[in-house]
Amino acid sequence: MINWEEALRVRALTRGLLGVAGFLVVWELFGRSGLVRSEFLPPPSVVAVELVKLLGDEAFLRDVIATVLALLIAVGLSAGIAVPLGLVLGSVASVRHATRAVVEFLRPIPSVAMIPLAIVVLGIGPETKITLAVYAAIWPILFNTIYALDELDPLLVETARAFGTGRARVLVSVALPSALPFVLTGIRLAATTSLVVVVSVELLEGGSGGLGEFIAIARSGAGRMDIVLAGTVVAGVIGYLLNEGLERAQRRWVGWSSVTGGRS
Amino acid sequence: MTAMLEVADLGHTYQAKDGAHTAIADLSFTVGTGELVCVVGPSGCGKSTLLRTISGLIRPTRGEVSLHGNEVRGVPEDLAVVFQDYSRSLFPWLSVQKNVEFPLRRTLGRSQRRERAAEALEWVGLSGAGRKYPWQLSGGMQQRVAIARALAYRPALLLMDEPFASVDAQTRFELEDLLLKVRTEQDTTVLVVTHDIDESVYLGDRVLVLSTSPASVVADLKVDLPAERDQISTRESEAFVALRAEVARLLNVGKTSEEVKARRKENEQQAAKWAEAERAEVSRVEAEDRATT
Amino acid sequence: MNRFVQRWAVFLGLVLVWELLTWYAEDPFFPQPSEIVEAAHGLWFSGDVGDLFLTDTVFEHVLPSIGRLLGGWAAAAVLGVSLGVALGRSEKAAEYAGPLLTFMRSIPPPLLVPVFLLVFNVGTQMQVATIVFGVLWPIMLNSVDGARSVDATKFETSAVFRIPKIHWILGVVLPSAAPKIFAGLRVSLSLSLVLMVVSELVGTDNGIGSQLLVAQRQFDFPDMWAGIVLLGVLGYALNTVLLGFERKALAWQPKQERTPATVEEKS
Repeated sequence: MINWEEALRVRALTRGLLGVAGFLVVWELFGRSGLVRSEFLPPPSVVAVELVKLLGDEAFLRDVIATVLALLIAVGLSAGIAVPLGLVLGSVASVRHATRAVVEFLRPIPSVAMIPLAIVVLGIGPETKITLAVYAAIWPILFNTIYALDELDPLLVETARAFGTGRARVLVSVALPSALPFVLTGIRLAATTSLVVVVSVELLEGGSGGLGEFIAIARSGAGRMDIVLAGTVVAGVIGYLLNEGLERAQRRWVGWSSVTGGRS
Repeated sequence: MTAMLEVADLGHTYQAKDGAHTAIADLSFTVGTGELVCVVGPSGCGKSTLLRTISGLIRPTRGEVSLHGNEVRGVPEDLAVVFQDYSRSLFPWLSVQKNVEFPLRRTLGRSQRRERAAEALEWVGLSGAGRKYPWQLSGGMQQRVAIARALAYRPALLLMDEPFASVDAQTRFELEDLLLKVRTEQDTTVLVVTHDIDESVYLGDRVLVLSTSPASVVADLKVDLPAERDQISTRESEAFVALRAEVARLLNVGKTSEEVKARRKENEQQAAKWAEAERAEVSRVEAEDRATT
Repeated sequence: MNRFVQRWAVFLGLVLVWELLTWYAEDPFFPQPSEIVEAAHGLWFSGDVGDLFLTDTVFEHVLPSIGRLLGGWAAAAVLGVSLGVALGRSEKAAEYAGPLLTFMRSIPPPLLVPVFLLVFNVGTQMQVATIVFGVLWPIMLNSVDGARSVDATKFETSAVFRIPKIHWILGVVLPSAAPKIFAGLRVSLSLSLVLMVVSELVGTDNGIGSQLLVAQRQFDFPDMWAGIVLLGVLGYALNTVLLGFERKALAWQPKQERTPATVEEKS
């Protein structure tokens, strides 16, 4: 006998794939109907061919790697800055309150607004996109870490203190594990944000390679929409893998927690 | 006395991929106009399925339900339900007054709605609370709002699904007396589903005792108590004590054979699963009704 | 009150330190805050009395930028909420659309700029299209989640009282989904600001973003810093207005149930 839940899952998957297939068919028909110029909307069959070609193209793969690498460095750096900072701000209330105005002032500044400035100051190398991505990625991690410490069950802390555990040890052995699910949510959001910023910088100012620059060149040179769309699909796949991978990691590592965090 | 509700040879079987489950089988009974009938049965015996078939949320697989002579297909026009879970059946974004008015929006103008809601709130003793939000009230008061909402709808038949199971004992007594008071004043026909033996005897003109799943009627007892009931003296009276003992015997409370116990346990374990199937079926029937109208 | 004073004292203190450091360093990239304020005044607040002291730049660049941002965001909100609620109430439709939506949302929205540049060329259409298409997904996915979360008892209650479909959708599903919808709207508002800037940085000659590029070309650093500060203030103001509106709209919620804002923030 087939498992009932398994059957439901298979049905959902089939329907999802049918949905994607339906979308592609409509797009294909629309693209070939002549209603829109094919330079504007090349059908998926054309984009797919281009995509396959790109995946065998060394220069393109180098661009993809450049983007992913910048992204990983940015996420790593922002976690390295934001988690300790969040732990301090989250556990020492007076510091948190004192710095609140500064934080409220800095946070809403969109990091893409600093692109023109950063390019003049830092040049067009990868450090520009990494710096800006770090600026954007710090906030979700920082706020989730602070929020996690706010949510910390006082009973846990009291229990630990009652056993004579020192303040620093409480932070490491009680606060940090309980905050982990929130921190991971923050890192997941930060990764998506970093991708947005890295790609934006690449798009707007060439020089450091990357997927964004590749797409910008494909557009401005020959106006090749098929290549632009193929590149966009690859970026979508990266974004998907990033989010899905981190969500899975979260489920596996901190499956004991009921917290899955907000969605981006 | 004419029959308001007639349930004839009712049966319902859920179909699922890994087997079928018969929740109710061969149920027959009637409820007369103005009567208050309690249905009592062990938990997981199919009481809620019965309630959902009567209210038209589920189409029975066998037999039929008719409300003042008309067969029930889809939710009838003049039927109201008070659910056990008041915190979910009330809309938290509407004030108490608006909650009571909400079902009336289909049929009545604004001023009439307001009048009816105010009147119904007065019946349940909540005149002053109209502007409050449900969560600002205690559980018992929230259930009063749900009762007021049902009464304001002027139903021919009021169904109540374990209405007092989620409130504390003191509040429960109050709400029971409130129900008895308003049903006399408003002359409403009421069917109460409960698993509480004392409550069924205290409230009912009649008590229908159901068997374990698949549910069928084991006994249809007339409650020979004076219409005027009192939480202390009624519950002390010989007639009450005798009746509750009889219901308890019929339900096999206490001295249950191992076999029955095992079956009951299995029923309880399966209950969650079949509740799920039931909800899915309600959604489906509702979607079909929408599609056809 | 005490905290308030303390908070702003720290803020002013840091600005002062910044002023002193920049004054000491004399680095052209990092102008003194006082210079930035002066630049901001010259750029936007030195106009005629009749225009409330606002300059032409405000009317030609700042307001059109805000208009595009709000227009695109509002269009995405209407589209996203209606589609999201429809999908959230139909399990079948949600299953068919699920993977497609997940993929769409995974595309970094700035990459849509080249796509729409090819379709519309430089201009308002391209910018608004980028914003709409970029911020649609967070609104939609949150609406789906919200609409799906209507509990079974509310569904049955509505069915039993034969609530008409329009009242069911507007009076039960939408309010139930509202906390989630607002969470989506908040995320998408800050994303709108990002996309507004990106779409204006791509060789247009109108908008706050393009003004940043003009300042960059002229190596006018105080102007650039002023633009950045303006965008920060704009982001803060928009978020504050939306939060205020949300608090009003969700005033019926018991306080402890409020959806925490911080966990979903994204810049």
